Amino acid sequence: MTLETTHCLLRMYEEHHALEDYQGGVPRWCNGCGDNAILAAMQRLCRDNDLRPEKTMFVSGIGCSSRLPHYMKTYGFHGIHGRALPVAEGIKMARPDLNVFVNTGDGDCCSIGAAHWIHAIRYNMNMVVVLHDNHVYGLTKKQASPTSPRGLKSNTTPRGAYLEALNPLTVTLGIQNVSFVAQAVDWIPEVLYDIFSAAFHHRGLSFVRVLQRCPEFLPKMFDPWLQDPQKTMLLTHEKGLKLSANLAKVYKNQRQHDPLDLNAAREIASIDDPIPVGILYQNPEVPCYEDLRHAGQFRTSDYVKAGLEKEFDKYTVWPSDQDESKPAA
Amino acid sequence: MSTTTLERESKTAKPSPRAQGAKKTVELKETIIEIVSDSGEGAQRCGQSLAQIAAKMGNGVWTVEIIPAEIQPPARSVAGASGNRVRIGSEAITNGGDEADLVVAFNEQVLLGRVRAGELKPGCIILLESMWRNDRNPAIAASYAATYDELVKAGYKVYEIPMEQECRKLVSDPRRGKNMFVMGMLCSLYSLDRDLAREQIGITFGKKDQKIIKTNTDLLEAGWDWAAANLDFQFSIPAKRATEPQLVINGNTSLALGVLASGMEICAMYPITPATSVSHYLSDVFERVGGLVHQAEDEIAACAFAVGASYAGKCTVTVTSGPGYSLKQEAIGLAVMCEIPLVVINVQRGGPSTGQPTKGEQGDLLTSIYGSHGDAPKVVIAPSSIEDCFYSVITARKIAETFNMVVVVLSDANLATGQQPFPRPQFSEDWLAPPYDQSELPTGAKPYDWDATTGLARRFIPGQPHGMHTLTGLAHDRDSHVAYDPLINEEGLRHRSLKLAALQKTLLPPKLYGDEKGDLLVIGWGSTKGAIEEAVGRLRAEGLKVSSMHLQFLQPMASGLKEIMQRFKKVITIESNWSDDLKDQLIDEENRRYSALAMMLRARTLIDVDCWSEVRGRPIKPGIVADVLRAKLQK
Repeated sequence: MTLETTHCLLRMYEEHHALEDYQGGVPRWCNGCGDNAILAAMQRLCRDNDLRPEKTMFVSGIGCSSRLPHYMKTYGFHGIHGRALPVAEGIKMARPDLNVFVNTGDGDCCSIGAAHWIHAIRYNMNMVVVLHDNHVYGLTKKQASPTSPRGLKSNTTPRGAYLEALNPLTVTLGIQNVSFVAQAVDWIPEVLYDIFSAAFHHRGLSFVRVLQRCPEFLPKMFDPWLQDPQKTMLLTHEKGLKLSANLAKVYKNQRQHDPLDLNAAREIASIDDPIPVGILYQNPEVPCYEDLRHAGQFRTSDYVKAGLEKEFDKYTVWPSDQDESKPAA
Repeated sequence: MSTTTLERESKTAKPSPRAQGAKKTVELKETIIEIVSDSGEGAQRCGQSLAQIAAKMGNGVWTVEIIPAEIQPPARSVAGASGNRVRIGSEAITNGGDEADLVVAFNEQVLLGRVRAGELKPGCIILLESMWRNDRNPAIAASYAATYDELVKAGYKVYEIPMEQECRKLVSDPRRGKNMFVMGMLCSLYSLDRDLAREQIGITFGKKDQKIIKTNTDLLEAGWDWAAANLDFQFSIPAKRATEPQLVINGNTSLALGVLASGMEICAMYPITPATSVSHYLSDVFERVGGLVHQAEDEIAACAFAVGASYAGKCTVTVTSGPGYSLKQEAIGLAVMCEIPLVVINVQRGGPSTGQPTKGEQGDLLTSIYGSHGDAPKVVIAPSSIEDCFYSVITARKIAETFNMVVVVLSDANLATGQQPFPRPQFSEDWLAPPYDQSELPTGAKPYDWDATTGLARRFIPGQPHGMHTLTGLAHDRDSHVAYDPLINEEGLRHRSLKLAALQKTLLPPKLYGDEKGDLLVIGWGSTKGAIEEAVGRLRAEGLKVSSMHLQFLQPMASGLKEIMQRFKKVITIESNWSDDLKDQLIDEENRRYSALAMMLRARTLIDVDCWSEVRGRPIKPGIVADVLRAKLQK
């Protein structure tokens, strides 16, 4: 028979990690880039949950955001443009024992990797997917992305972006099997961390869109929201975010929202202004694909041999001196 | 109607279908039978079952599927022929052979398709469903009568057979079930074992209920008795039952069993003809041995998923055909760059673009070797028989994990659907790889600690303490850090390339078929082996000094090839991919585009290798190859 691999692996001792245990190379992002906030929150999350660095995987595609794995001191997979999700799914299927995080940008996820994004939500594998959404291509130097607002002037849209921006939240919430959708902003680190923490503890695919500043190419993009706390609507609930007193004092625009309410989540997702921040949807009942497929089984060679011989039997022509109904031992 | 049929046949001075007394059984060394029908009438099942019975008797067998491109082409259309060619012999059979000796046709239009394709031997026996002669639609009746006359005039021995009429005695819808009646006729005509035939019905309809098995057995018996009573000829093909157990499967099942036997645990795929049946079979059985088939959202995702799973410690296979292979190139390049083991099975079909989905071609050799942008060294191997399909996958996985490389297995549509018996493999523990090593690495271990001679580096698996690094598709150094130094980029390229040389040093030169030297050496690869060797065998029997060599390893190629080639006056490749013809007005020695292997061999050996190729979407025939070689010898 097969066994769950993870059942065989005993944790022999308690480990305690410090932030440095998760800090890899020195980030080469620009000063003021929102990616730095995401990285800091991730490292804190790893430390607070004492994740074993060798059992933790950061998978990314291509773009500024996708540099993140290089700055962690865990295993990392900085793959190809748009394909972070299928790579991460393969990893999770082979190794359900690993903590898998995916870092992807608005170009990586919502443009070149859009097909994989839709299907990743449907597979609902247990991983945290962070969409670093700065509304622009940064690494290739300022081209419009699918989430660029209409009218945005960029190198490929010098007279302004022609199309309405795609809304990653409404798209994600429209996909069957969605199990966790949240939105954070890089400039409220406390909430960013709390959302990552909720995402990590949710079993299933946790999709977190982080609105993120690009000081190089869109330095003023989020200024109105930074200057006026009323333009940020915090979603709170006993099953969702709980705000600290200090934060509640600054961000008075709050809305009680039950993360199990999908219809309300969809309605909130479609609001651009104020920006909704918090957990829009969480359903712990959605099955994970790796569980449905019984990933992580451990096989013995006898087990494989028995299965193979049984298949051979189906197609075997036995020599005349052997009884066909009784295959040779 | 049967009386009219008989009268008509006697009128056209054909052999009387009414058997007079005891028939004389003609002993054959081998024969080629085709069964063609409209799609969905079961001719394929009939052919496959016939082959199984003959194989069980100990005959050599090879089957070729005759497949229309559409799922439901219009009924009674020349292009809609669907069915099977079955070549049966006393000795082992390695290919589909030349023209057919006997064709069973469910209507005259699909038969015309085969006649026009030149698939019938002169004087070929035709067993033709006769009901169309009295069809209510006068156009159909006229077409039938005209075709019949035309075929008789052309010298074919046409027997009109009231198949549906006979079947109607047993079933209400003879369109379903006629195929088993025909199988009964053929079993009788070729003196096959009646008990084995009955048993085959049970196997063929095993998943259905007893009533269906009973009906089909009755149809089989009816066909048998009808042929025995009404046809005045009978053949036998002496068989020698094997002393060892044999497997009778097609190439795709063989590949799938190879996946099981290789110990791989995950297959990531996207549906594509003609590769999908590998995954169908795996989907059915893989989970029983703890594996799984992941049907991804597209070919790109299937390959990326496979790369992820392989990286994480479970060597993974992805199965596809040409168009899917093109899409996978991106993730294949990533696996090459990051040195992740990966097995890619490409069941080739006609290309470029959508090409000929159901037809075989060997058009993907160069894209397999050189594909993906930049220098992306990969291993490319090609199975040349059904048996080879099985072992190739095991070999591919071993190489993939030993060298941390992508190994491409190039099968094709001809192998995919061809059936051939081969000795049942004896399970070996060595087929399976040991579980991945998750032990702690020494502090400071480098994930790309390339060996200067072989280019090999130990593979790190997530979960190994002290092995943490970020793998990257960017050019990288030994620490997997992005290479900003131009020398480091070159160092990576060198070591990835050296691995091919390291593998190449372990390869033995291929064995020759025929003498060690002579006038002409024929080189082939993949599914054409049977046809080439049969052609060479025929020429050698005529006293010609021809030998052949079949390459299993296309990248890297074994050492010693040049030396072997130099022992022959002329060298030619026989391939199923495009090559320019020097007879075309604009084509000359300078601009001629050679077949893929010929091009590779010319570049590698500086020997003036000629090539001959055919891309008609059907297996190359040994008779045609023999003619080509004869002409080459005379040039």
